[in-house]
Amino acid sequence: MAVVAEAAPVTGGSSHERRPGWGAWLFLAPLLLWLILFVVVPSVLLVVYGFCERDGLGQVVFNFTWENYVRAFEWKWLKILLDSIWYAFLTTIICMAVGYPAAFYIGRAPERFRNLLLMLVMIPFWTSFLIRTYAWITILSNNGFFNTALISMGMIERPIEMMYTPFAVVLGLVYNFLPFMILPIYTSVEKLDNALVEAAYDLGASPVRAFSRVIIPLTRPGIAAGALLVFVPAIAMFAITTLMGGGTNPTIGEVIQNQFFRAQNRPFGAALGTLLLVMFFASLWFMHARKREA
Amino acid sequence: MAEAATAVPVATGRRRWPSGPTFQRWFLGGWTLLVFAFLYIPILLLVVFSFNRSKLGIRWTGFTTEWYGKLFSNKSLLDSFYNSLIVASVTTVLATLFGTIGAWLLFRYKFPARRMLGLLIFIPMVMPEVLMGSSLRLLVVAVGGSLGYIAMIIAHTTFCFPFVLVGVQARLEGIDPSLEEAAMDLGATPVEAFWKVIVPYLMPAIVAGALMSFTLSFDEYIVSVFLSDATSQTLPLKVYGMVKKGLSPELNALSTIFIVATFFLVLITQVIKKRP
Repeated sequence: MAVVAEAAPVTGGSSHERRPGWGAWLFLAPLLLWLILFVVVPSVLLVVYGFCERDGLGQVVFNFTWENYVRAFEWKWLKILLDSIWYAFLTTIICMAVGYPAAFYIGRAPERFRNLLLMLVMIPFWTSFLIRTYAWITILSNNGFFNTALISMGMIERPIEMMYTPFAVVLGLVYNFLPFMILPIYTSVEKLDNALVEAAYDLGASPVRAFSRVIIPLTRPGIAAGALLVFVPAIAMFAITTLMGGGTNPTIGEVIQNQFFRAQNRPFGAALGTLLLVMFFASLWFMHARKREA
Repeated sequence: MAEAATAVPVATGRRRWPSGPTFQRWFLGGWTLLVFAFLYIPILLLVVFSFNRSKLGIRWTGFTTEWYGKLFSNKSLLDSFYNSLIVASVTTVLATLFGTIGAWLLFRYKFPARRMLGLLIFIPMVMPEVLMGSSLRLLVVAVGGSLGYIAMIIAHTTFCFPFVLVGVQARLEGIDPSLEEAAMDLGATPVEAFWKVIVPYLMPAIVAGALMSFTLSFDEYIVSVFLSDATSQTLPLKVYGMVKKGLSPELNALSTIFIVATFFLVLITQVIKKRP
């Protein structure tokens, strides 16, 4: 998965490329068709459905209207979107602060030890996020490990309410996304040329200065990739936020799901989805621009 | 900050970080240990308490494997497990095929608009699952198709194959370009050269990608919410229902199986990737 940091140069140049003949095109065609049919077309549909109306029975009617998009900017919905962005932002910052030192240590560790540490990051990364969220529920619930332990030690009388709070939501998100931050930063750190860090020291830089002026800029691609891998999915994530937040302050993903199912208002769900889609492309573009800069 | 500046004298030989200044090494090491504690303590608690006799699960009252037995006699859970198995297996085959062939084509041939193509492949890897699920649901409904296995397999394949492609591409970077030429000089067609020479060389990356696809598909929840129907409920959908109900020893047992399976999967993947 560390490969994600390098995912962008899918089209890196090499010296032994040929012009594609009809055979090569024949093999590429199914792939291309698949991506157009199942990525491009559905995305366009999302935008189009946002402009549709709904009849009394909840069926979608193809009458052009701005209503859904206008409604999406009502404060009630905008606040949910802003809350989701805020949670995702907090999650990204915490993951960065917590994950960077660990990624740095793993990246600089002796090789055999490094592989072991890396594997230890991969295991939670690959474990079902529902299971990992459940793990925290068993700790934070009123009858969970934490409260039971404190009560049996006589430190508190009544359980501390931790579930269904913003704290629980952010904790759940951080716990689930932390490996997504560590892995790409690790990839950058591993490639970091030790000589440059040494040169900074030899030239009299303090550790703080060496870190902020040499190490951080050199590992920026990893930080950017990690931020993208945490921030974007965290905005849209809903299962973790529903389970940890109890639906008290829903996130944008939760609302979209609700519009598709319980509320049976697909056009409005599609309009909210379109907003998310625009934000997704904006962050892709932003990361891409940052990368070019570097 | 001024303190730190004076603490480091100029040019006193080789310095490595974190193997240089001891304070930093210990600080970083300690920090990393805390991060691992944070990542693993919740998981380990689940594993330990899946063997606890008490139904409430918090106080230890003795060892039992009762909850595992209950799991294997839960028919709807087993059904959802088979559903997940079907979806993940077909997804793995398709994603591995697409990913491997795609990586080779992009490596070997100079297609026009390749940046565009690269972006198109990258998007499903990072696209929020809510968007993928909801937009594909719109497509299925728009063309009058039905939700279920096929819809889920299509969606899962779409976000799995780029992972295979990127992994295979990384291995292609180390390939000897004359390998394919040698095969063709000896009379192989491009397709034969690919299957008989290139694919064996790429095998470790292909297998690692396949295992990755299987895990991604098997664990997928959000996309499946949008694309499953009543008869094709997968295991994560079932697990979500159980988590929502609250703490239960059966769920601890199920989680333990998941965790152990993931552990071995990662282990196998790492071992395979190390192969020359």
